[in-house]
Amino acid sequence: MGMDFELLVRIFPEVLLDGIILGFMYALIALGYTMVYGVLEFINFAHSEIFIAGAFVGVEILLGLQARGLLDGFPWPFILLLALMAGMAASGLLAVAVERIAYRPLRGAPRLIPLISAIGVSFFLQDLIRLVESLWRNAFNLVYPSIDALNLRLELTETMDVSVKSLVVIVSALLMLWALHLIVNRTKVGTAIRAVAEDQAAASLMGIDVNRIISLTFLIGGAMGGAAGVLFGVQYGLINPYSGFIPGLKAFTAAVLGGIGNIPGAMVGGLVLGLLEAFAASYLSLLTGGAFGAEYKDIFAFSALILILIFRPKGLLGEVVRERA
Amino acid sequence: MIRHRVRLVQALLAVLAVALVPASELGAQGKGTIKIATQSPLSGGQAALGEGIKLGAQLALEQLRGNLTKQGFKVELVPFDDQAKPDVGVANAKNIIADKDILVVIGHLNSGVAIPSSEVYKEVDLPMISPANTNEKITDRGYPSVNRVCGRDDVQGPVGAEFAAQTLKIKSVYVVHDKTTYGQGVAEAFKAEAEKKGVKVVAFEGTEEKSNFDPIITPIKAKNPDLVYFGGIYDQGGPFFKQAREKGVKAKFLGPDGLDSSDLVKIGGKTLVGLYYTTAAAPSTSPQAKKFGDDFKKKFGKNPEPYASESYVATAIALKAIESTVAGGKPPTRATVAAAIRKVKYAGMTGTIEFDDKGDPKKASYYVMQVTSDNPEKWGENKEAKRLAIAAPPLKK
Amino acid sequence: MIQTLLSIGLMAASALGVATFPRSVLVFLLFQGSLVFVYRARIPELLRWSLLVVALLVLMPVIGYFNGYYLEVATQVGIFVVLALGLNIVVGLAGLLDLGYVAFFAVGAYSWAIFGSPHANIIFGGGFPLAGGWFYPFLLIGLCTAALTGILLGLPVLRLHGDYLAIVTLGFGEVIRVLANNLDKPINLTNGPKGITPISRPPTPFGLPYGEYFYFLVLLLVVVVVIVNRRLEDSHIGRAWEAIREDELAARAMGVPLVRMKLMAFACGASFAGVMGVLFSAKQVFINPESFTFLESIGVLAMVILGGMGSIPGAILGATVVTVLNLQVLKGFSLWLNELKNAGVTVLGYSLADLPTQFEPAKYERMVFGIILVLMMIFRPQGIFPARRRQRELTTPGG
Repeated sequence: MGMDFELLVRIFPEVLLDGIILGFMYALIALGYTMVYGVLEFINFAHSEIFIAGAFVGVEILLGLQARGLLDGFPWPFILLLALMAGMAASGLLAVAVERIAYRPLRGAPRLIPLISAIGVSFFLQDLIRLVESLWRNAFNLVYPSIDALNLRLELTETMDVSVKSLVVIVSALLMLWALHLIVNRTKVGTAIRAVAEDQAAASLMGIDVNRIISLTFLIGGAMGGAAGVLFGVQYGLINPYSGFIPGLKAFTAAVLGGIGNIPGAMVGGLVLGLLEAFAASYLSLLTGGAFGAEYKDIFAFSALILILIFRPKGLLGEVVRERA
Repeated sequence: MIRHRVRLVQALLAVLAVALVPASELGAQGKGTIKIATQSPLSGGQAALGEGIKLGAQLALEQLRGNLTKQGFKVELVPFDDQAKPDVGVANAKNIIADKDILVVIGHLNSGVAIPSSEVYKEVDLPMISPANTNEKITDRGYPSVNRVCGRDDVQGPVGAEFAAQTLKIKSVYVVHDKTTYGQGVAEAFKAEAEKKGVKVVAFEGTEEKSNFDPIITPIKAKNPDLVYFGGIYDQGGPFFKQAREKGVKAKFLGPDGLDSSDLVKIGGKTLVGLYYTTAAAPSTSPQAKKFGDDFKKKFGKNPEPYASESYVATAIALKAIESTVAGGKPPTRATVAAAIRKVKYAGMTGTIEFDDKGDPKKASYYVMQVTSDNPEKWGENKEAKRLAIAAPPLKK
Repeated sequence: MIQTLLSIGLMAASALGVATFPRSVLVFLLFQGSLVFVYRARIPELLRWSLLVVALLVLMPVIGYFNGYYLEVATQVGIFVVLALGLNIVVGLAGLLDLGYVAFFAVGAYSWAIFGSPHANIIFGGGFPLAGGWFYPFLLIGLCTAALTGILLGLPVLRLHGDYLAIVTLGFGEVIRVLANNLDKPINLTNGPKGITPISRPPTPFGLPYGEYFYFLVLLLVVVVVIVNRRLEDSHIGRAWEAIREDELAARAMGVPLVRMKLMAFACGASFAGVMGVLFSAKQVFINPESFTFLESIGVLAMVILGGMGSIPGAILGATVVTVLNLQVLKGFSLWLNELKNAGVTVLGYSLADLPTQFEPAKYERMVFGIILVLMMIFRPQGIFPARRRQRELTTPGG
């Protein structure tokens, strides 16, 4: 047996990088959960399907371009941007629609009721995506067309390289987080969102149209999810209507980890979770001599969550939600 | 108040009326109908594979029932969705055995569902022919009515190990599997045989991960084995091997027949050219397989999924067995059909199939194939690297 | 008077109907509908209960003789009824949102599966499986094991509430499933994804076939659990739970020992699941981690909510509706469509045989389930048979 210490150290930078990439993915998805929770104190269970819906819209755009032979004709940033825009728009609008139809009528009810409704929406959307894709394309396990430029690998050090698409994921995530930060903290609309998150009644007394702000929150959160979906598809290649569920669950865990309702918290939580998962997957079997391996990475992450919540029940960065009167 | 009551009664009577319509149709179908049932997951994550089983059977039924329909029987397909869950499979099984017209079950996809369901079929000697269940327990119980046309994990794994050790001259291998009955089963068999042949198994990892394999690949790269073996299905194997190659893993790749699908290269593209896989299905360059592929595409509008061809073969065998036992104008009994299945010798696109005394194909041909092109359409042109004919292990007393 | 005639008539007619058309799903649904009707009809109590007793003890087994599938459905309904009643204690009475309830079910199931099958020989070297008769004491052992697990879960989550609690319980459910799937090394406890089989069954009294035996056993357990639930609800423990659910701060101020009560809620709820787990593994003869996924947890939660939280008849009805929906309605509809297709029936000149295979209703169970959940929440959040307090709470304006 014997631990190969040199091996453990050698792979460290690469595992770190894997964790960061994964973490940013989770962070983007977590944003949708945390924004909605911040404003409504409500877990939008259906966000995982909103996320994957964005991925599907993205793949349809790319497949459509490929069918017309246009995929190689345009520079890849342009194509990627197109897919991202489409995914964001679709997911954002889907989120708004879901809010209108399934959540708004339940706004005053005890928290369990909208939660169940959200679960129902989640199931419904999974099969709806499947139905639509089955009718349109007669298949619902879809593969993202490869864009050669994105698969190029850049050397960072002599043992480590990173693919262009991973860099794209990181850069896009950072850009979007920064944009969100600007919106929420520097614009009038953002102030309105924060006001509604803090105290709905007072906000409406100040003349804010609460319904509109809530819809806007869902729009932004959904759009973030949609972008994450397209990036997910580009990075990992294979999607099906049910593949949103697990990343969504983990992203929600990340949001809770960082402090639900807290936007920087979502990012911190996402990164922490991504790193935890990457390290568990790579190191567990090496450290335990094969007794416990990568298959435990998920519960490793969950156990970490439970531990953190025991010692810091409000999450790492703390909750930013109004106190219950 | 009274009006409410009347409405209620009216509604109930209406429902009764509607209920009896299909019921009466069922009654009328009692004479001269032969049904073949399929049980496979039609919803949920494995629906694509389960669909393949259903559609393969459907195609076979439509193409090959001519002899029976000429004798005046109606031959029908009854598909069931077992959702890959044992409880649903068992519940469906009870429903299936209650329908006296069903003479054979083609199914399942998951061994975990097939095992308890076949206990139910056994109660009435209803024969089951499996296109995809590779767990040894399926036939090791020695039931006279349980059969399979596919390979067994405890044979396919060693075939891969033998090829790796003798032909590829591998010295070290890193084994990964998908933590299902199938993937883990075949990976364990591979590992055992590889160790016997003196190959060093540097690691044995399982994962349920479907998209992001990077953290698992990093240790593989660091350990630098000669070969990476993945026990599982193409929808995981594809992304896994692709990401491994992209990350810089230089090893050769090998896997079981779960990788045998044109979708594998659709997912992985160029990175997967040169990958090896073992399979019990003959390469689709044979004219029969090609015709099957074309017919399937024409009828259903897409390429056949994995196990569709096995399902076709299983249904063909079932029909042949039924044909041979039809006496007079009446459909045969299930026990008769079960016995007849064991006597059938069928030459089809997966080879010649004949069952031994526990339901395994007598001498299964195993092929080791190598992927030659990243074009999914050219999947049929994969190179055959080796061919072996291996008998299934005898019943352990 | 009319109601009396109707209830007797419906039940008799539908039972006869099932005997005559053993494979018609709709007739069986009618039979079940008649049971609900009898439960709600304005007829003398004696008549109501005698009809129900006759239906469950006599008619059902007879139906089972005609088509074993229905008996299977009834047994599965029974299992889920107990699970729903158990979760009802945790979520409905005590207000603790548990999204990983199926973990306790799994613990119970594996406890019998390991010792009641040759698998334990791998761990202990010999002496197993235990004889079938050990099944009965294991019902108790499963109960205790699950209750212990419930307390183990309860301890770290005591300070959490609402949504944090939900996510942690969800994680716990997943942890149990992953453990079940992976504890085949270093010591092989659960045999991983390959599952454990064959699991011994107890010898049946009077030589009853197993289908009928499990049906009656489940029925007996349902009765016992309902009685226990009723007693709990009316006791000071039950009232303490409801106090915690309504307002934890006020409850504490009134002297309710929060820690003890919460742990007891988890333990009680878990114990029901544990008992059914043992029964489940004996009935199925084979278990593997796939029966214990998040989907099952949500399913049981949906049963409790749809039926009416905190209400015993609600939990029973919710379990029945969801199980029947999953097992019968959509499948029956699919099968029916399939038979129409085979018969070449045309609707408005469009031959059903041409209907693309995508439209098979059984495939879209999740969609239907999802729609039902959403619609129920919007239009009848108190559930079909709400507990009276809940009804007032959710239907009075400003509530």
